[in-house]
Amino acid sequence: MVLFRGDTTLVVEANALLDVCRFLRHDPAMDYSFLVDLAAVDYHPREPRFGVSYLLHAFKHNVRLRLRVLLPSQMARLLSVSGVWPAAEWMEREAFDLMGIEFVGHPDLRRILMPADWEGHPLRKDYALGYEEVQFSFNSREIDRRKDYAYE
Amino acid sequence: MRAFPRRRTGVAMGAEQKLGNMGIVTTTLEKVVNWGRTGAMWPMLFGLACCAMEMIATQAARYDVSRFGMELMRASPRQSDLMIVAGRVSRKMAPVLRRLYDQMPEPKWVIAMGDCASCSGVFNNYALVQGVDEIVPVDVYVAGCPPRPEALVDGILKLHEKVRGESISRWA
Repeated sequence: MVLFRGDTTLVVEANALLDVCRFLRHDPAMDYSFLVDLAAVDYHPREPRFGVSYLLHAFKHNVRLRLRVLLPSQMARLLSVSGVWPAAEWMEREAFDLMGIEFVGHPDLRRILMPADWEGHPLRKDYALGYEEVQFSFNSREIDRRKDYAYE
Repeated sequence: MRAFPRRRTGVAMGAEQKLGNMGIVTTTLEKVVNWGRTGAMWPMLFGLACCAMEMIATQAARYDVSRFGMELMRASPRQSDLMIVAGRVSRKMAPVLRRLYDQMPEPKWVIAMGDCASCSGVFNNYALVQGVDEIVPVDVYVAGCPPRPEALVDGILKLHEKVRGESISRWA
């Protein structure tokens, strides 16, 4: 457990995550009924590679709690918490789309921000930036020739 | 295109003036059709991002574009002839944009409004199409981030000049 400037973070094991979430939601003393955010981080050269962070909020007590799960790069898989908080459906789709973390038991795991047939997970640290060469006056003519413009 | 055959009885130099006084104008078919096209060009609602706000401001009371005949912004591509691409086009939106462009009937024109539509502006990355001219052929590019309504009106006027210069061979 980490205390940082008044925020409490619990670092949880990946296989204990679903039980902890169910307890936090359904226990009447806890009642964390609001999943504020689900975010995934890529610490690329470092192992464990991925961290998934769940920010929870309890309306009754007005407290926030953060859960963190660290995942190695070979086993980037987690049990889905969309059964506990339905808001997690789209957030897990975003984490899957942009980071490649697979959520087992998710009702509809597909890409949400990138086109459906996109390959690769853009927000990983080893993904190419994908930018186009900047056109200055000295290379503008060559770039103009190489670029595929649309004609009718 | 004359309204009636020219009579030969003493109407030599002041012919045009006399005809004008009677309310008759002679011109070419090209000019009339091009003038008609510029008179009431209906834009299609295609505001994607922040440039859409400036397009809306151009449509609103102060910088009115209904003086150019554009008081209706049609949501349906079948009823519009100008597509003002206002905003960033993401790779997910690109096939939709092309499909809407294909559904517009001829004659059709495209104005790429803003930096993101012209060359993807400040966003040089994997997610955005680098300039909407990779998808549809563009007639006029309006620069700015976002372009002021006066800049968009200037772009529309340039498009009008371009349309007025079109020739019959382009229509077929």
